[in-house]
Amino acid sequence: MRIRPIAAVLTCALALAGCGGGGDDKTAPGSGESAAPAGQNELLIWADDKRSAALKPFAEKFGAENGVTVKVQAISKDQQTTFVTASQQGSGPDVMVGAHDWIGNLVQNGAIDPVQLSPEQTSGLNPNALKAVTFNGQTYGVPYAMENLALIRNTDLAPQAPATIEALVSEAGKLKAAKKVSETLCLQVGQNGDAYHLYPLYSSAGGNLFGTSANGDYDPKNLGVGKPESVEAFKKIATLGEKGSGALKRSITPENSIATFTGKKCAFLVSGPWAITDVKKAKLKYDISPVPGFDGGQPARPFLGVQSFYVASKGKNKALAQEFVTNYVTTPELAVALYEAEPRPPALTAAFDQVKAQDADLEKFIAAGKDGQPLPAIPEMAAIWDPFGKAEAAVIGGADPAKTITAAGRTISAAISK
Amino acid sequence: MTATKLGGPVVQARPAPEEPSGRKGQLVKIPLLGLTVAIAIWAAFPLIDNEAWIGLAILVATTGGLVHLYSTPRHIPLKYLAPGTILLLLFQVFPVLYTASTAFTNFGDGHRGSKQEAVVAIQTASVTRVPGSQQYALRIATTGDPATGPLVFLITDPVTKQVSVGDADGLKAIPDGDVASGYTVLSFGQAGERSAEITAFAVPTPGGAIRSSGLTRAYEGRAGRAYDENCDCIRDTTTGQTWTADENVGAFVADNGERLAQGWKVTVGLSNFTRVLTDSAVSGPFLRTLVWNFGFAVASTGGTFVLGLLLAMALHSDQVRGRLFYRVLLVLPYAMPSFAMLLVWRDMFNTDFGLINNLFGSHVDWFGGSASARLAVILVQLWLGYPYMFLVATGALQAIPRELSEASRIDGASPWAGFRRITLPLLMVALTPLLISSFAFNFNNFNAIYLTTEGAPFPADNPGNGATDLLITYTYRIAFGGAGANYGFAAAISIFIFLIVAVVSAISFRRTRHLEEVHS
Repeated sequence: MRIRPIAAVLTCALALAGCGGGGDDKTAPGSGESAAPAGQNELLIWADDKRSAALKPFAEKFGAENGVTVKVQAISKDQQTTFVTASQQGSGPDVMVGAHDWIGNLVQNGAIDPVQLSPEQTSGLNPNALKAVTFNGQTYGVPYAMENLALIRNTDLAPQAPATIEALVSEAGKLKAAKKVSETLCLQVGQNGDAYHLYPLYSSAGGNLFGTSANGDYDPKNLGVGKPESVEAFKKIATLGEKGSGALKRSITPENSIATFTGKKCAFLVSGPWAITDVKKAKLKYDISPVPGFDGGQPARPFLGVQSFYVASKGKNKALAQEFVTNYVTTPELAVALYEAEPRPPALTAAFDQVKAQDADLEKFIAAGKDGQPLPAIPEMAAIWDPFGKAEAAVIGGADPAKTITAAGRTISAAISK
Repeated sequence: MTATKLGGPVVQARPAPEEPSGRKGQLVKIPLLGLTVAIAIWAAFPLIDNEAWIGLAILVATTGGLVHLYSTPRHIPLKYLAPGTILLLLFQVFPVLYTASTAFTNFGDGHRGSKQEAVVAIQTASVTRVPGSQQYALRIATTGDPATGPLVFLITDPVTKQVSVGDADGLKAIPDGDVASGYTVLSFGQAGERSAEITAFAVPTPGGAIRSSGLTRAYEGRAGRAYDENCDCIRDTTTGQTWTADENVGAFVADNGERLAQGWKVTVGLSNFTRVLTDSAVSGPFLRTLVWNFGFAVASTGGTFVLGLLLAMALHSDQVRGRLFYRVLLVLPYAMPSFAMLLVWRDMFNTDFGLINNLFGSHVDWFGGSASARLAVILVQLWLGYPYMFLVATGALQAIPRELSEASRIDGASPWAGFRRITLPLLMVALTPLLISSFAFNFNNFNAIYLTTEGAPFPADNPGNGATDLLITYTYRIAFGGAGANYGFAAAISIFIFLIVAVVSAISFRRTRHLEEVHS
C-alpha cells in the first residue's frame, strides 16, 4: 500500500524518460491506477449480482454515516471458490455474503471468523436460521434470508392440498386421465439426480444423510446413506419412479421443471421461493403447502437454506467488518431491501413481520419449512451430492435400490475418509 | 542509428528501408520498450512487497535483457525469437511447472495456507463468550494522537453503567465524571485505519479477555484452544486434549486419529501419483474410460473431418450455384457459442420433452443407455465441429492447383483415383497438423461431456464413472467431487493425461513426416 504512490512516480518518471512525448498516453493507465484511494479505511463487500445491487444504497449509507468508504463488488459466479482463493492470496473482501452450507469449507480454510451477537440480537432471529449458521458451537454468520422447498400447486387444477404423496399421485392421475395435465409431479430429477429436491421424500421414507452427535451437530462419521433405512427409503421412492407410478422422472430436469408447471403440463411443483417470480409471471392461480410425505411415514423434511453475511478472517478491515455485520445487518431496513431484491423470507423476525402482510406466500413457505432440517454445513456434505443424486436417478430409472444405495454409500464414505 | 542499416550480413537479404520508415520504426519501438519497462516496474512492487527476490531478479534480468536487445543493432535473429520465447515460458512452461510442483503437495480445501495461518485460524475459531458474561458497550479511544497514540477500550457495563478503561494491563474502573478527560474517542473512520490493532487488542480479565466485536461492542471471551510450542501441538484449554502437528499430512492429529479441520499445505512427495495408480476407485475403470476416450476423440475428429471434407468438395465444384450462400449457411454452427449449443442439445435429447424424440415420435432414453448416450455426444460433436473442418478443407482445396487433377484426368485416371492419389495426399499435408490438434482438443473436451451428459449413464453400482466419461471429466469428479477440492491430486492426474496426449501427438507428428515427402 505505502509503495503505491512511489510506484506511480517511478513509473511515470522512467517511462517518460524512456519514451519522451510518444509514451505519454501509455503511462496514463499506470498513474490512474495508483491514484485510486489506497487507504486502509475501506470496507469491501462481496455478494452475488442481485444482492450487490440491493446492498449498494445501504453500504453507501453506512459509509456516509461513519466516514468510511464502503464498496460492494458483485461476484457473478463460483462465489465460494472465488472467495476462498482470493482470501488466501490476501485480495479477498472484508465481508462476504453467501449460503450457510459454505460454512464448513470456509472454516476449514480459515476464511471466516465467528461473530459475537448479543442475546437481544440472537433472539430477534428465526431460531432455525440461527441454528443453520451455527457450526461447532460457534455462530459464523448473520443470517438475513431463508429458503426451503414447498409444494406449489395450480389451484385451478388441484384446489385441495394433498396430505400425502399417494393422495397427490391419485389426484394427478385423475387430471391425467381427463387430459388436463401430462405429468404427475414436477419435481426436478434430471439425468444425474438432484439430492436437494429429493430430500423431503427421502426423509419422509425414513432415510437420513448423517446421524447427529450429542450436541445436535451432524456427525460425518455416522453416514446414513447405505444403511438399511436408506435402502428402505429408496424402495419407497422406487414405487414413484419410472417403473412405478411415474411421479418421479429423469426427464424432469432443473431447466424444465418450473417451465413445465407454468406451462400447465403438471398441477404440482416442488420448488422454493425462487420459483414464485416465474409462477406469478405466468398468471397462474397457485397456493403453497408443505411437501407431502408418504402415507404413514415420517414428516417430509425439506432442507433449510440460509443466506448469511460473513466476516472474512483475512480481511484488511476486520473491526469495521464486524461492526457492519453484527450491528448493521441486524437492522430490519436492510433485510427488507434484500427481500425486495429477491423474495425469500427474511431471517430477522422484525423484517419478516414487516413484509408478511404484503406477501402471503412468505408465511406459507415458513410453514412448509416447519419440519425442515438445516442443510448440513459440514465439509463432508460436498461428498454426498454427486453420488446420492446419481443413485437417485438410477433408482428412479428402475435400478435395484439395495445395490445402488449400498454402492453410493461406499463411494461417499471413501470420499469422506480421504 | 537504425537497426536495419547496421544489421550486418543477415539483413542484406532485404533492401535497407529508407530513412523515414526507420524513424517510424523508432517511434513504435521506443514506446513499446517504455511500456515493457513500465509493466516490469508495475510487476516489481508486489514482488518487493512479498520479498520474492528470485522473482525480482528474473524480472530485472529479463527486462534489462530486452531493453539491451532492442536498443542495439546486433542479434537480429534473437529479436524475432525473444517475444515468442518469453510468451512461451510465461504461458506454457510456467503453468506446466506450476502444475507439476502442485502435484507434489496436498494443496486443496483445508490445506491452502501455512501452518502459522492454520494455528491462527484454530485459535480464532475457538474463542467463545465466557458463560454468563456481559456484552459491553465499547468506545475505542486513545490518550494520544488518534492515528498513532496508544489504544484503550472504554467499556460501559450495561447494568451498572460503570465505565472502565481497559488496556493490555487489564481493566480499571473510572470514577464518575472523569471519562472525558485525557481520552480521545476514535471515530469509525479513525478506528478503521487501525483495524488490525483493534482486532488484536485484548484486555485481560480473570475469566479470559475482553475483545472487541465491531467498533461499538465488546465481549469477554476465552480461547478454547491454544498452540503450545513445546509439544508442537494444539491444546484444548478445558479438557486438556491435544492434537499434535503432523508434517506429513499437514494437520493437527489427536491420538485417536481425529484431525482438526484447519490444516496447512505440505509436500507429500509422490503420494498423489501413487494414489492415481493404486486407488481402485481411480485405476479400476481407467482402462475402459481410456478406450472410450480414444474412441470419442477419434470419432469426433474423424467424423467432423469426413463430413467437413465432403461438403467442402461438393461446394468446390464450379457447377454448384450459390456457393457463397451455402458456405455461409454451413459455417453457422461454428458462429454460435458452443456452450449454449451444448446445453440446447442436451435438452433436445430429453426423453419426454426433447425435440429429437418429439420429431421422430420415438421414446428413446438417450442418456440412459451407454450406446445411445455415446452416439448422442458424438452426434453433438459432429454438428459442432464440422464447420471448422469444412472451412480449413475449403481453404486447402483452393490451394491445390486445378491443373493437377486435370492432368490426371487427361492421363485417364478415374475421379476417385485422382482424389485418392493427388488431392487427398496434398490436402493431408496441410490438414494433418490441424487434425492432430483437433484430436488433442477432443481428447480433453471437458465441455462436450460436462455440459451434456455429465458422464451419464452411470452403472447403478458405481456412481463415480459413467459410460460417456472422458478421463478429464472422470478425474475432475474424483478431484473436486469429494469433500472439497484437492488441487494436488488433480494436478497429478492432469500430468498423467498430459503424458498420454503428448505421446499420441508425438507419434502422430512423427508419422506426418512421410506425408511431407509428397512435396519433394
